[in-house]
Amino acid sequence: MKIVEKSAKTAEEAIELGLQELGVKRHQVKIEVLEEKVKKGIFSFLSSKSAKVRIVYQDSPEEMVVNLLDKVCEAMGVFASFETSQKPGAFMVNITGPDLGILIGRRGDTLDALQYLVNLAAQKHFGERTRIILDVEGYRQRREETLVRLAKRLSEKVKRTGAKVVLEPMNPQERRIIHTALQDDLKVYTFSEGDEPYRKVVISLKNRH
Amino acid sequence: MRDLVEILAKALVDNPDQVQVTQKDDERSVDIFLRVAPEDMGKVIGKQGKIAKAIRTVVKAAAVKDGRRVNVDIDQ
Repeated sequence: MKIVEKSAKTAEEAIELGLQELGVKRHQVKIEVLEEKVKKGIFSFLSSKSAKVRIVYQDSPEEMVVNLLDKVCEAMGVFASFETSQKPGAFMVNITGPDLGILIGRRGDTLDALQYLVNLAAQKHFGERTRIILDVEGYRQRREETLVRLAKRLSEKVKRTGAKVVLEPMNPQERRIIHTALQDDLKVYTFSEGDEPYRKVVISLKNRH
Repeated sequence: MRDLVEILAKALVDNPDQVQVTQKDDERSVDIFLRVAPEDMGKVIGKQGKIAKAIRTVVKAAAVKDGRRVNVDIDQ
């Protein structure tokens, strides 16, 4: 967000000056006229600055998020660049750069925490419906593929042995990936048990009657 | 580390100008004290401390390179 205050003879002129300084168009900003005095009389040419306006320029959600992430990465001592893309109901920021392991953390803990904070910050400015997904070097995509492979492999084991398999604790997004991967399987079914944050997926054989 | 807490806190609160962060360095640990406007306490703590936990997770990740323990305290 950028704010400028400008004074000029008229409000109109002050607005024009402010827009020039910000390098933006009028429809992108909020304008507040702080003072506007009409001074009449023969000495009016002496009181040149009689209008004052405040112009507030609000960045787009993408700009705001990238700006915040840029500052966070700098403070964390990592070099990163950001690519944004639009997804249905959300926009995605993929963070790329050398040595971004610390941004991911154990099982994506750090990435999830950062994503949560960035969403809160963006929702404060742009409303509840703003949703941002963060990824680092395609980590989420790779993790999803790994989980799907794991689900398939364990479902085979359940079919072979008949015993149920309990997976390690996962967050809701990761559990959903497992459930979805096996939802069309005719021989096994999945459910979750335990309490957050230790909730686990169980793969079990379907009873055939 | 101090900067990181300040950047995150300022992005979350309604009164960013009232965010104060101080840091106390020790040989083995770093203590960071975060102070915000009273009405913004909920914005940095969250339900069941969820926001505070997320802040700590990110700060701890940043401290990994450093090798020291980091504590983030939110002051009344």
